[in-house]
Amino acid sequence: MVDFGGWELPQQYTSIRDEHIAVRKVAGLFDISHMGRFKVTGEAGLDFLQSLLTNDLSRIGQGRAQYNLMCNEQGGILDDLVVYWGDDGFFVVVNAANRERDLEWMRGHAPSAVDIEDRTFELALIAFQGPKAEELMPAKGLKDLQYFGFRPSHVAGLSALVSRTGYTGEDGFEIFVSADRVVEVWDAILEKGAPHGVLPAGLGARDATRLEAALRLYGNDMDDTVNPYEAGLGWTVRLDKGEFIGRDALARTKHDGPKRSLVGLKTAPGDIARHGATVRSQDRTIGNVTSGTHSFFLGYPIALALVEVASLRVGETAGVEVRGRQASAEVVQLPFYRGSARSAAAPAKS
Amino acid sequence: MAGRLYTKSHEWVMVEGKSVTVGITDFAQAQLGDVVFLELPNPGRKLDAGESFGVVESVKAASDLYSPVGGRVTTVNEQLAAKPELINSDPYGDGWILKLELTGDLPKDLMDEAAYKRSTEPQS
Repeated sequence: MVDFGGWELPQQYTSIRDEHIAVRKVAGLFDISHMGRFKVTGEAGLDFLQSLLTNDLSRIGQGRAQYNLMCNEQGGILDDLVVYWGDDGFFVVVNAANRERDLEWMRGHAPSAVDIEDRTFELALIAFQGPKAEELMPAKGLKDLQYFGFRPSHVAGLSALVSRTGYTGEDGFEIFVSADRVVEVWDAILEKGAPHGVLPAGLGARDATRLEAALRLYGNDMDDTVNPYEAGLGWTVRLDKGEFIGRDALARTKHDGPKRSLVGLKTAPGDIARHGATVRSQDRTIGNVTSGTHSFFLGYPIALALVEVASLRVGETAGVEVRGRQASAEVVQLPFYRGSARSAAAPAKS
Repeated sequence: MAGRLYTKSHEWVMVEGKSVTVGITDFAQAQLGDVVFLELPNPGRKLDAGESFGVVESVKAASDLYSPVGGRVTTVNEQLAAKPELINSDPYGDGWILKLELTGDLPKDLMDEAAYKRSTEPQS
């Protein structure tokens, strides 16, 4: 067990390797109840979220979810989150480590007609992810559920909200269910899936699969010193939607061009470049690794690095610090792996 | 036959005459998580007791390996290059790391199994 934003979570249930491969080949079941979950209600809820977040919620509608960023006035990223537009308000799912800060920030900016309620401890959240997730899900009527769509459903006979979202690059579902019934849903999914190779999957597999899909991790690949354009998330910033926090700064950044960019690195087996490792090119330091791991699925180590913009192109070689020495890294296209998600390209696209 | 002896840095040794087999403990492999790579010395290298001789790289972190005894490396477990996961699945068997020819005496601070077990229990 490791401490993750104040929650005790398993790195692995059995083995990171087995769990990682299960997610890529069949499906894996993750407990992601540590993610913060807020309910935003009130007539002004939409206007409030539009003024707080970078993406344009008017592009979706009720029954759809949207990946979004919350920035400060300087355009630094405070958190990345998903907004679900429900029939009686909005659900906002945020990173565990940022929950309290986010809540304070949101309440600090909310008009009195908007109510923000922390529902983190009443609702559990689990994610069933993999190319066979749809086939093995103990629920009916989800085939036509679109990527980033969600709807009330019954999973293993229990009421749940099911969304076609995830953090692995694979097709699959995230399931909101009341905390006192989640064990039944969890067990039912594993019972149905086990004969096909479904495994419960821990943080290790979650980190490896999200990194292969080049999905950014807050606190590693971005924080409030990084802006969306540097993080390759400019596609979530809709400058034309009207006023929102950070808009002026982001408009300037977009006009001037970002100073850094996130690139993908591939190294030789054994050369795992860890978070913080320096990246060098032509005898000077150009940035740092933000996330790195060994990919059991691809068979080599992969890393994301935040480097001076245009300092590295795909196919070039860079130097990266591994165990105190300089190892050779190849700059590769992102994502490292494109899974079965119906449009895995969207969240990873720069 | 004498049992395994253990170090504070979570290596084990099995001593048979002058030949000493070295590996890492079950506790160590569980803490490391899935091992993906080992950087190991070449046969012939002389090691002092406590000297770092290599690195074990797991998905979580890179950790140094320390020689529990002084000696000369005679054999390295070649299987680990292709199957580093043997460290996890069989740390006291097929996951052995190298063999040394002992020079001098065994260090006094090696622990027996009971003492090692106590040392890995959480301090209350």
